Amino acid sequence: MDHQSGEGVNIHEFQAKELLRAEGVPIPSGDVATTAEQAEAIARKIGGMVVVKAQVHTGGRGKAGGVKLAKTASEAGQIAGKILGMQINGLTVHQVLVTAAADIASEAYVGIILDRASRKPVFMVSPAGGIDIEEVAAKTPEKIMKLPIDTRYGLQPYQASELGFFLFPDDVKKVRAASKIMMSLYQAFMKHDASLAEINPLVVTPAGEVLALDAKISIDDNALDRHPDLVKLRDETAEEPSEVDARNSSLTFIKLDGNVGCVVNGAGLAMATMDLVKYYGGEPANFLDIGGSSNPEKVVNALRIITGDPSVKVILFNIFGGITRTDDVANGIVTATRANPLRIPIVIRLTGTNEEIAMKILKDNGFSASSDMDEAVQQAVALATKGGKAA
Amino acid sequence: MSIFIDRNSTVIVQGITGRDGSFHTKQMIEYGTRIVGGVTPGKGGQKFEGSVPVFNTVHEAVKATGANTSVIYVPPMYAADAIMEAADAGVAFIVAITEGVPVNDMTRVHPFVKEKGARLLGPNCPGLITPGQSKVGIIPGRICTPGSIGVVSRSGTLTYEVVYQLTRAGMGQSTCVGIGGDPINGTSFIDCLAAFEADPHTSAVAMMGEIGGTDEQEAAEFVRTRMKKPVVGFIAGQTAPPGRRMGHAGAIISGSAGTAAEKLESFEKAGMGIARRPIEFVEQLRARM
Repeated sequence: MDHQSGEGVNIHEFQAKELLRAEGVPIPSGDVATTAEQAEAIARKIGGMVVVKAQVHTGGRGKAGGVKLAKTASEAGQIAGKILGMQINGLTVHQVLVTAAADIASEAYVGIILDRASRKPVFMVSPAGGIDIEEVAAKTPEKIMKLPIDTRYGLQPYQASELGFFLFPDDVKKVRAASKIMMSLYQAFMKHDASLAEINPLVVTPAGEVLALDAKISIDDNALDRHPDLVKLRDETAEEPSEVDARNSSLTFIKLDGNVGCVVNGAGLAMATMDLVKYYGGEPANFLDIGGSSNPEKVVNALRIITGDPSVKVILFNIFGGITRTDDVANGIVTATRANPLRIPIVIRLTGTNEEIAMKILKDNGFSASSDMDEAVQQAVALATKGGKAA
Repeated sequence: MSIFIDRNSTVIVQGITGRDGSFHTKQMIEYGTRIVGGVTPGKGGQKFEGSVPVFNTVHEAVKATGANTSVIYVPPMYAADAIMEAADAGVAFIVAITEGVPVNDMTRVHPFVKEKGARLLGPNCPGLITPGQSKVGIIPGRICTPGSIGVVSRSGTLTYEVVYQLTRAGMGQSTCVGIGGDPINGTSFIDCLAAFEADPHTSAVAMMGEIGGTDEQEAAEFVRTRMKKPVVGFIAGQTAPPGRRMGHAGAIISGSAGTAAEKLESFEKAGMGIARRPIEFVEQLRARM
């Protein structure tokens, strides 16, 4: 099972809970705060014991001290003051969720993930909740039930019931409550084009009530065009700034630790280019795909983002023109470097659609270019390791 | 001497009057593909480039032209519907070029297409080309040359790179297929490998995979147990960090699963050749033919 396949936009726990609450999933009351005072006010409104939870896109919040119980409203305020601004796995906490504490008799796991092998969303449930489900899958696979869903018909009540009986074999009342939650979880998964939706833990209180205590939803970014409401939930403060900049310029960019800045068209060729940099003894500074239909502006943006990284010692273009016209890329390079002259060397490899025109544009503007990938990568690695002059 | 398409394939273009559809239709016609019609709702009765009839629906187009293949260039939010329309109209082979199709749409499309008995290639793929005969999609015709190497890949431009290197080395291709980089696609590596194994004019196969998922490992097992023809494999993303998605929706290493090392190991176990760089396909294939 490929747990993260189709990974998309992560939304925060409190946002996921709102989406689930709207579908009828029982969730303890709560609200989100950005200051200690707000947290205290929310806790006062809830009354009784509350949990203060850091809202960051990473696991292990509890272990890092980002989840704490408070007996009183003023204690909730104090705890929120400590958690806000805390660093968890390199991410700063800007928001906390203050939610009513629930007494727990037992914990279960309920999730839906997209499965490549069956080409379907698959329900996974386990009575061993509250811990990492991948750990359960590795150590005690018999404690997990998996059920692929045909999305043409959706989750049927009998299927939800089967899943429910796997969780609570001897308590039909809990089975009914859990099945209802699973129907709602499936509704939310489909309605919001999720690639992952999970409730972990799904708890039973000593009174026999079934509740969702924590929730996680990832949205398929291919579907964002039809979910403008969900686009707004994206928390850009939780991401690498250069990657946000790239996305806003319609580029796919991932920052890495090396010094060879790569600009490539197509994800597969971009990965193969990074691999070739490594093969010849260099280290790629990034993954950057300028995509199919090219326009010179994309190249300008790509150069701006890459040269913004001070560790980049050389820029390597590897363009195989299909849909992408290599003359568009050449024009982009000329425009960008005219506006902002490069302080580091650039190595250009272009071949394919309109290659002759592209080569002429580059030559007329003082650039040299190669049509061979290995040659260009070797040259870039040599420049990055020894330092060299601009082409 | 090919798989899936040849000079007799009759092709309609869904989205023929759009920006990408019209550009690539001209390229396909120029290459020699038998484009017999196009579909754009509301433009039925028009002629594309003065000669290709345009229809409002795929049913009309198939009825009038008898097309057995369709290629789809419609925007992502309409792609699932376009694929189902083609399958429902009896098109046997559907090639979806469109990038960015919501994955949950594909979970509905996949069983529908299967029940209709059609084959889907893609979405988010460059299509395929049988050099010298027909191309359906966007693979540049100039870089290919007829021959006996079957090429199958999850990527677009990386496929071009390898085909270009093969052509430069004088190694022609029987058919080059791009299966696409999405987590749910119609035609798998195994489907293509099985077709190449059965094709009398394919003598060896070049396969380009990526990190993420287990498709390549399953393909390797197929090579080991079911194929006599030599297969050389490559995996893109050897330097990719875990947990970060490398452009393609499917290209992500989760936990320890889907790494390049794991995939290359499965290739080795299957007795496949391994190309560590795109250029190494040439020597690896040559050594096995």
